[in-house]
Amino acid sequence: MKILVAIKQVPERDAQIHIAADGKWIEEDDLTYTINEPDAYALEEALQLKEKNGGEVVVLCAGPERVLTTLREALAKGADRAIHIEADDLGSRDTLGVAQLLADAVKVESPDLILTGLQSDDLGLGQTGVVLAELLGIPHATIIMHVEVTGAGMTVKRELEDGWFQHVEMPLPALLTIQSGGNKLRYATLMGIKKAKTKETKTVEAAAASEAQAVELTRVYLPEKQKKTEMLTGSPAEIAAKLVEKLKFDVRVL
Amino acid sequence: MSGVLVVFEQTGGQWNRMSFEALAAGQQLAASLGMDCSAAVLGQGVAGLAEELAGKKLAKAYSVEHALLAAYTADGYVVGLEQLVKQTTPDYVVFPHTYQVRDFAPALATRFKQVLISDVIAMHDGKTFVRQLLQGKLNADYTQTGAGPCFLSIQAGTFRADAVEAGTAPVEAVTVQLEAAQIRNKPGERFRESAQTVDLSAAPVIVSVGRGIGEQDNIGIVQELADALGAELAASRPICDAGWLPMERQVGSSGQTVSPKLYLAVGISGAIQHLVGMKGSKSIIAINKDENAPIFEVADYGVVGDLFEIVPALTKAIVAAKE
Repeated sequence: MKILVAIKQVPERDAQIHIAADGKWIEEDDLTYTINEPDAYALEEALQLKEKNGGEVVVLCAGPERVLTTLREALAKGADRAIHIEADDLGSRDTLGVAQLLADAVKVESPDLILTGLQSDDLGLGQTGVVLAELLGIPHATIIMHVEVTGAGMTVKRELEDGWFQHVEMPLPALLTIQSGGNKLRYATLMGIKKAKTKETKTVEAAAASEAQAVELTRVYLPEKQKKTEMLTGSPAEIAAKLVEKLKFDVRVL
Repeated sequence: MSGVLVVFEQTGGQWNRMSFEALAAGQQLAASLGMDCSAAVLGQGVAGLAEELAGKKLAKAYSVEHALLAAYTADGYVVGLEQLVKQTTPDYVVFPHTYQVRDFAPALATRFKQVLISDVIAMHDGKTFVRQLLQGKLNADYTQTGAGPCFLSIQAGTFRADAVEAGTAPVEAVTVQLEAAQIRNKPGERFRESAQTVDLSAAPVIVSVGRGIGEQDNIGIVQELADALGAELAASRPICDAGWLPMERQVGSSGQTVSPKLYLAVGISGAIQHLVGMKGSKSIIAINKDENAPIFEVADYGVVGDLFEIVPALTKAIVAAKE
C-alpha cells in the first residue's frame, strides 16, 4: 500500500508573533517552524498502517527551502521518501491554488491513500485535504480517528460532534484528514535520524498559479477584546489574595 | 444571481442548532446588501422542517428531498447542493461551521472554482469576512475575488440564534438528480463510545487545564485547586489527546459545552475550538504565561505568570479562606 502524507510547516505554537509591515501576514524572519501538529498525527497513522499492511510512506510538503527540515524529521520518524514542492509564494495562493500544487505532485505518484491533518495551526482553514480529494476525483472523509484496511477498501472511524462517532466504509484510492488523539506520536530515534540522511528527497518546482485567487487575505491584526479584562498583578501570594477576594465578593463561589 | 442562501443542517429530523446562528448571519448579510435571504434543508422526509423555516423572514424556504440524502454523505451533499446552487443562483451561500459542513463544503466550493471562507466570526459590508489565524492570536480579513457564489461558514457563537427574524415564506420543493453510484462512501450508524459519566454542562464551578501544564504529573496541582473550590476538573483537547485526562473531561467544539458560574482556565491559550465551548461561562479567570493568549480576550480576570507558582498559592489561599 502506497500512502502519501501531505504535511505543512507552521510557526511554533509558542512563537512570538509580529505583524508584517504590509499588514497582510506575520514577520517570518525570526520565527521557528515545526510540523503542523494535526499533520504529525496523519504521519503517525500512515506509519502504523505501513507497519500493519506493508508498503511505502511518502511525505509531501509545499513551501520554501526551510520546509526541508520538516520533511527530514518525517523521514527520521520512518517515512520512506520525501517530495518537496518548492514554492516561495504560498501566501499569494489560496486553498484551491495550494491544493492544485499538491494535486499535480500526487497524480505522478498515484498513491492508494492520501492522509493529511484536519487543519493547519496557522491558517486553520481545514480545507486543503477535502479540496485536494475533489481535484483528484477521489472520495474523502474528515476528522478520522482510526483506519482499518479491508481488502479493496477501508473502514474509518469519524469523529462527529458532541462525543458521537461513525464508521464509514470507503473504497481506495481515497483521502482522509486525521484528527489528533487517535494515536500517540512517536519521536525520531537516533538510528532514524541517521537513516534519514540516506533517504530520497525529490524537489519539484511549483508551477506558476494558473488562475487568480478566489479569495484573498487582505489584512491581519490583533483581535479586539470581547470583555474588559481586569489584570491582577503582584507576587503569587498577592495575586492569590486578590483572586480570593474576587471569588468571594464578585464571582461568589466561596 | 441574487441573494443569500442559508443551508441548514439536520440529522434524523433534528436541527443542528448552529443552523439558526447561520440564518441570523444570513439575514443580517442580506439586509446589509439589500438582498433577499432564503434557506434550504436537505434530506428525506424534511417537508416538516421546511414548514418550520417558512415561519422565518425568508424569500423562500427550499426543501431538497431525495432518498439518497437520507443519510449524510459528502458525495450526496456536494452533488445535491451543486444542483441547488445552480438552480437558485445565490450570491452568497452560508453554512454553520459544523463538522459536517467542514466535510463537504470545501469540495462544493471547488466545483464552482471558489474557496470556502470558513469559521467566520464577523462580517463587514458584505465584502469583508473576519476569521482567526494562529490559534486565535490574530484576526484576518478575507475578501472574495472570484466571480462565482461566495461560500461562507459561520463559527459557533458568533451570531445569536434568537436574533433570527420571523416572517412568512413560501416553501418550494427542489428536485435534484442523484444516482447511487455517485455516492462512494457507506456511512454506518452514529454511536457513542461509552456513557458519559461526567456532565460538565451542569457543573457550577469548573477548573480547566491546558498545554501550559507541561506534563501529566503536574495535573495534580490543578486537581488540588479544583478540590479546594469544589469544582469539576476539565481540560482542553491536547490534554485529553495525550491521555492525561479522559476525553469526557474535554471542553470545546469536539468536547462539552459548558456555562458554569466560574470557569478557571489554567495554562489554556484559548484557541477558538476551546473558546466556543466555554465562553458562555458567567465569570472567567485565566492564568497564563503569555500575555497575548486569546483566553485573555474573554476573561473577566487575568493573571499573566507562572502557573506553577500561582496555582499552589491560590489553592492555599482558598483553603485558608474556607476555614
